[in-house]
Amino acid sequence: MTPENQPPMLQLLAPDGTYGVPKGYEAYGKIIEELDQDFLKLLYTDMARIRRFDVEATALQRQGQLGLWVPAIGQEGAQIGSGHAVGKNDHIFPSYREHGVALTHGVELISILKMMRGVNHGGWDPEETRFHHYAIVLATQVLHAVGYAMGVKLDGKVGTGDREKDLAVISYFGDGATAEGDVSEGLLFAAVNESPIVFFIQNNQWAISSHIDSQTKAPLYTRGEGFGVPGMRIDGNDVLACYAATRLHMDNARSGDGPFLLEALTYRIGAHTTSDDPSKYREDAEVDEWKAKDPIKRFEIFLRRQGIGDDFFEEVKVAGDDLAKKIRAETFALEDPPLGNIFNHVYTEQHPEIDKQRAWLEAYEARMGDHE
Amino acid sequence: MSSYKDMAISKALNAGLQQAMLKNEKVLMFGEDVAELGGVFRVTEGLYKEFGQSRIFNTPIAESGIVGTAIGLAMRGYRPVVEIQFDGFVFPAFNQITSQLAKLTYRSEGSMQMPVVIRIPYGGGIGAVEHHSESPEAYFAHTPGLRVVTPSNPNDAYWMMQQAIESSDPVIMLEPKRRYWQKGPVNLDTAPMPLHNARVMIEGTQVTLLAYGPMVTAALQAAEIGAEEGVSIEVIDLRSLSPIDYPTIMASVKKTSRAVIVHEAPTNVSLSSEIAARISNEAFYNLEAPVIRVGGFDTPYPPAKLEEAFLPDADRILEAIDRSLAY
Repeated sequence: MTPENQPPMLQLLAPDGTYGVPKGYEAYGKIIEELDQDFLKLLYTDMARIRRFDVEATALQRQGQLGLWVPAIGQEGAQIGSGHAVGKNDHIFPSYREHGVALTHGVELISILKMMRGVNHGGWDPEETRFHHYAIVLATQVLHAVGYAMGVKLDGKVGTGDREKDLAVISYFGDGATAEGDVSEGLLFAAVNESPIVFFIQNNQWAISSHIDSQTKAPLYTRGEGFGVPGMRIDGNDVLACYAATRLHMDNARSGDGPFLLEALTYRIGAHTTSDDPSKYREDAEVDEWKAKDPIKRFEIFLRRQGIGDDFFEEVKVAGDDLAKKIRAETFALEDPPLGNIFNHVYTEQHPEIDKQRAWLEAYEARMGDHE
Repeated sequence: MSSYKDMAISKALNAGLQQAMLKNEKVLMFGEDVAELGGVFRVTEGLYKEFGQSRIFNTPIAESGIVGTAIGLAMRGYRPVVEIQFDGFVFPAFNQITSQLAKLTYRSEGSMQMPVVIRIPYGGGIGAVEHHSESPEAYFAHTPGLRVVTPSNPNDAYWMMQQAIESSDPVIMLEPKRRYWQKGPVNLDTAPMPLHNARVMIEGTQVTLLAYGPMVTAALQAAEIGAEEGVSIEVIDLRSLSPIDYPTIMASVKKTSRAVIVHEAPTNVSLSSEIAARISNEAFYNLEAPVIRVGGFDTPYPPAKLEEAFLPDADRILEAIDRSLAY
């Protein structure tokens, strides 16, 4: 399963759709073999939906409806697989490309676009969805996740054996973010506090135009070792490996085994954002090589071999187009925020300067009036 | 009737922390060397023994980690109080403070509160090596979303610490380290005033002298000397640097027609720049002289053997007051 001279990597589903459990990884295989067919179909459906959403969001940006779009095409296996493995009490601290994970946790996709359109800075309730806000300054969320996990432990909600009560935390970040000091500090604080957390690195190999080779000299799954955080590499384009590994290590974290690091090796097929032009820094041949390892394609082959037929795939395609239509309509229906939102929630408590400036703007607007 | 106890500022801060920890079990205290040792200035002394490892603990020496995890703990419903060991060590945490802590309530449209207190011993005058004598208040006062306060006496230290911990917004608590051992009475029963009010320390008629933190002592000395020389100086302790209690400042300036502002920080783009601009806006027709500022020079903090010449003192304040009165 692992090519020569490459670090060991858990892969359950090869790019050609062949399923197999490598020796020593039986615990991961067991998790997959206990899944029913409806759940496997859900994994496929969500990967296909989020890709369709991504295509639509890119189009909306090109049409001037969004200020920016951050495509995640190619990373659906890592995001949908891990997202669905996160437990019902667990908390998720994303970076800014985890649209697939958001989908698996009931975040309304339009609220992601709201942010990209400039209506707000992240309008979903992190307590309700347990999916925290996107963090745009790289790696800042890793420390928030570790602090949250420290709190979970202080609350006595780790390792009680009560599945209804225990919880763990997962923090997503990319290969580029691993260079930030906050990742190192997060690993250290999690290690010394034995916090219930999984660090989930999506190594998509490109930090805007910088290749992973310029970000690290050692494989990222080893990054935690010096801090006392064990890790492993998984095939990020294999939705089953991502599901199984996240499920097992989140279970372990919840049980009190302390932190763990997963490096999902994947590839960013699209640009870093819609402001980027990847043709300036990488070869098409490399992109083609990774397109051949597509997470959705290989899972379709796997499902077809399970006897799932055309009807299902056609249904998913239609549902994806419907989602795109809905998202487009919702985007066009988004209203600009009221001016008062400039001042709302800067502080939770009353603040004389903010009150004064709000009053000034209101009076100014009233005076200068409607220019139209 | 209230009961009073004489305490040093460091002890009053300690007693304020203890009260807050007793009142609310969600209050946590952490930072470098704060547990068994009680911090390098002993402000947390005894708390570890009283409350134990689950309420007060040492962290790795990583300031971004301290503030970043405090944010996560606040998200989980805790009220973290963290200690940054010295003013010059806060900068590794600057990103977490200004880009995260200050903005999370805004980003979340109010669904998240950040009741985090960051305690920072600040200012010079203790003969320390580099990075141990700085006054970084302007960075934080400039940042929307933060509240910034600084007590100048034991009673305020005791009460402002508790009020800061009760605030639902993040508070930067700047502790005037050269005054840690200065003693005074603490009223154990009644808070003197809300957290963000300024206080008129001495009433006067000829000039308003604005000071905060470690410079309040110098301002009071200047007022005393001034009185002996027949100059009536009104001294105001700002107490809060964000928000600033402008009504109290303006009422005084409108009365005296003159203002002098003193702080240890370099004057360039400082608290005194902002206050001077505001006075010129709101009390322009009352002024008999331009607002005069007394502060550190626009240099890095100098080696300790030069700090006496760098730091404002009563003489430098009086020299500025003379200039103001000469208009």
